[in-house]
Amino acid sequence: MPSRLQRQARQDTLLLNMGPSHPAMHGTIRIMLELDGERIVNSEVEVGYLHRGFEKTCEHRTYFNLLPYTDRLNYVSPLINNLGYVMTLEKMLGLEVPERAKYIRVIMSELSRISDHLTCLAAMAMECGAFTVFLYKMKAREFLWDVVEQTTGARMTTSYIRIGGVRADLHPDFDTGLRKAVSETRNVLKDVHGLLDKNKIFLNRTRDVAVMSREDAIAFGWTGPCLRSTGVYYDVRKAFPYLVYDRLDWEVPLGDRGDNYDRYMVRMLEMEQSLRIIEQAAIRIPRTPRAFCVDGIDPADAIRASRRRRPEENIRLSPNLEGSEKTLHPDILSRGSGFAVPPKEDTYTTIEGLISHFKFFMRGHGIRPPKGEAYCAVEGGNGELGFYIVSDGTDRPYRLHLRAPCFHVVSALEHLIRGRYVADVIPTFGSMNMIGGELDR
Amino acid sequence: MSGEKIKRPPVGQFITTQFNSLLGWARKFSLFHYPFVTACCGMEYMSAACAHFDIDRFGAGWTRFSPRQSDMLLVVGTITHKEAPVLKTVYDQMAEPKWVIAFGTCAVSGGIYDNYAVVQGIDQIIPVDVYIPGCPPRPETVLDGLLKLQEKIQHQEQEWRWKRRKP
Amino acid sequence: MEMEEAKTLALLEQTFPGEVIEAGISLGDEIAVIVPEALIRVASFMKNPPGEFTMLLDLTCVDYRGEEPRFEMVYHLFSLSKNKRLRIKTRLPEKNPRIASLTSLWKNANWLEREVYDLFGIVFEGHPDLRRIFMWEGFDGHPLRKDYPLRRSQPLIRLRD
Repeated sequence: MPSRLQRQARQDTLLLNMGPSHPAMHGTIRIMLELDGERIVNSEVEVGYLHRGFEKTCEHRTYFNLLPYTDRLNYVSPLINNLGYVMTLEKMLGLEVPERAKYIRVIMSELSRISDHLTCLAAMAMECGAFTVFLYKMKAREFLWDVVEQTTGARMTTSYIRIGGVRADLHPDFDTGLRKAVSETRNVLKDVHGLLDKNKIFLNRTRDVAVMSREDAIAFGWTGPCLRSTGVYYDVRKAFPYLVYDRLDWEVPLGDRGDNYDRYMVRMLEMEQSLRIIEQAAIRIPRTPRAFCVDGIDPADAIRASRRRRPEENIRLSPNLEGSEKTLHPDILSRGSGFAVPPKEDTYTTIEGLISHFKFFMRGHGIRPPKGEAYCAVEGGNGELGFYIVSDGTDRPYRLHLRAPCFHVVSALEHLIRGRYVADVIPTFGSMNMIGGELDR
Repeated sequence: MSGEKIKRPPVGQFITTQFNSLLGWARKFSLFHYPFVTACCGMEYMSAACAHFDIDRFGAGWTRFSPRQSDMLLVVGTITHKEAPVLKTVYDQMAEPKWVIAFGTCAVSGGIYDNYAVVQGIDQIIPVDVYIPGCPPRPETVLDGLLKLQEKIQHQEQEWRWKRRKP
Repeated sequence: MEMEEAKTLALLEQTFPGEVIEAGISLGDEIAVIVPEALIRVASFMKNPPGEFTMLLDLTCVDYRGEEPRFEMVYHLFSLSKNKRLRIKTRLPEKNPRIASLTSLWKNANWLEREVYDLFGIVFEGHPDLRRIFMWEGFDGHPLRKDYPLRRSQPLIRLRD
């Protein structure tokens, strides 16, 4: 199919296709360039190669069922997508989340944000030739993912942040793991600063390349690190504070020129700020007097005993993964029935628990927000990640729309690379942090 | 087993079998893969390829970003109908012998996306040798799948120049 | 905050009498429902001071199949200086849904409107390059409409098995 570029191109220019199967590991996007020698005269960006029908699929799933789909949107910072969706739903339902759950959400969001920035800059640096930076950052990311996995059970797509709170409480060894991850990340960031900040080659490729002015950035709807690199102070966490961000002490780094180097530097400094947030949150998180139940009767015995009478003893479940601990529920999930999966102790040993479990998952019952609509935004790795949900009173969303931050950022790519060299496309595109799952939905 | 004459294969067949194994051994430990990365599984691919869970120790570390130079197509992530012709083109451009690994449940069977846009498994487009399930699969699973592919390569009948390949 | 929010909506109702069907606050979001013909005037009014809604955050569509007018366009505007969001909604009929394009005011409306055209079939008048963005040229139908079945796929190449 001839594209717009092919139809409009001059006769004496070369058409170059940077096809959907990209060696630059950003997923699938097609950039067609019209070249005059090495200069880009015109370009066309074609997206949609990863359009997985997220919005249409969500109309056919219940509110609880579609949590895993939200993980796979911005797949390098999956917990933030979870958070955005869940906060929109809590806004519609009017739920209040317990304190401890808020702190846990903040810690998990910031861990995701750091891994997002690490991946983005690692890919950008690798494509400029700095392969060492890629390996160092992947190493740091592994430590972060180990911390996330210890609590949530999965490295990447966790579906951990649930409606009303979080899925399970932090692992007892969370602090040690977190300390190690934070120190390793700090080391890696220090190394990368030393490798790239004053590196002549990196500066030549990124300084004053693809400069975006403030007015253009606002006109294109840019948000997030890309907007902040142009000098505009807008961060959703400061503008519309949610969870506990207003109680923690952190700053928003800004750039001044809006070129590739500023986008790189803003992300590096934001990672340092995220580490600050994590450390403060880990210290200030309200300690729970409740502990994991390490002694108690075996689950099978409890089920057998429940046939005669409700068991009064504690039931021993493994810390996070085999089922929610009823004792910890008040800390991590909001009160009020019908919004969260009931604790397994109740489900398997009492009839009321079984009925509430059944009604939660049954078609037509479960979470049914009142008729209406809501829009709520969180600060994703790329900017303002907004969810717009229209509910018609049933257990499935009538319409769920995602305001994808990188959609707006990438729509400016044609404008940014016009007049530049072919080699400038790579760091520009890398600094934009295009994530296919979010762009194409 | 007593008293039976043990039939020894003719010497020619013995040599070709040994040569087959030698070729299999050489091919399995020098896989050049082409990572056809589309989605979230790409992150686990990056983890599997990097220092923590190295695939280089299995000989498959060298990524070739051109299908002409690679012999293993690693289809990582969801393939949509818009992307399907691209995948077929890349697969057709690869030279024999070639193997395909479907990495992640979206490549294996369409994953959680059963809708108008997603191909329900890449074996609807190209033949697949090893399926690695998981959403996304852990790097250890990836390495396990790679080992299975290596076993398959070792034991399969190797393609030699003078033999005609059956279509 | 409440006073300020009410001021924006009151200003809107004053400036465009008769064209603002409904204006109110729901769940903390300011919403204004207008007639489709007034869209570009309302948007350019809100972009300038005193509203200063300089950023178009989002542009989407909801398909209320069974109701007439069927489609509802939803615009989210954002004011950086005042830190406020505003939602503007307008309804379009089922037959030949057309509305003015906002590409002259905001540059990201280009891709956003292409997305809505691709997935819903709404034609934006004045758009410089209205064609499909997620689906390919030659795709039949508009996937996000309620009457498009979820699993109806249109493969581009012949599938095996």
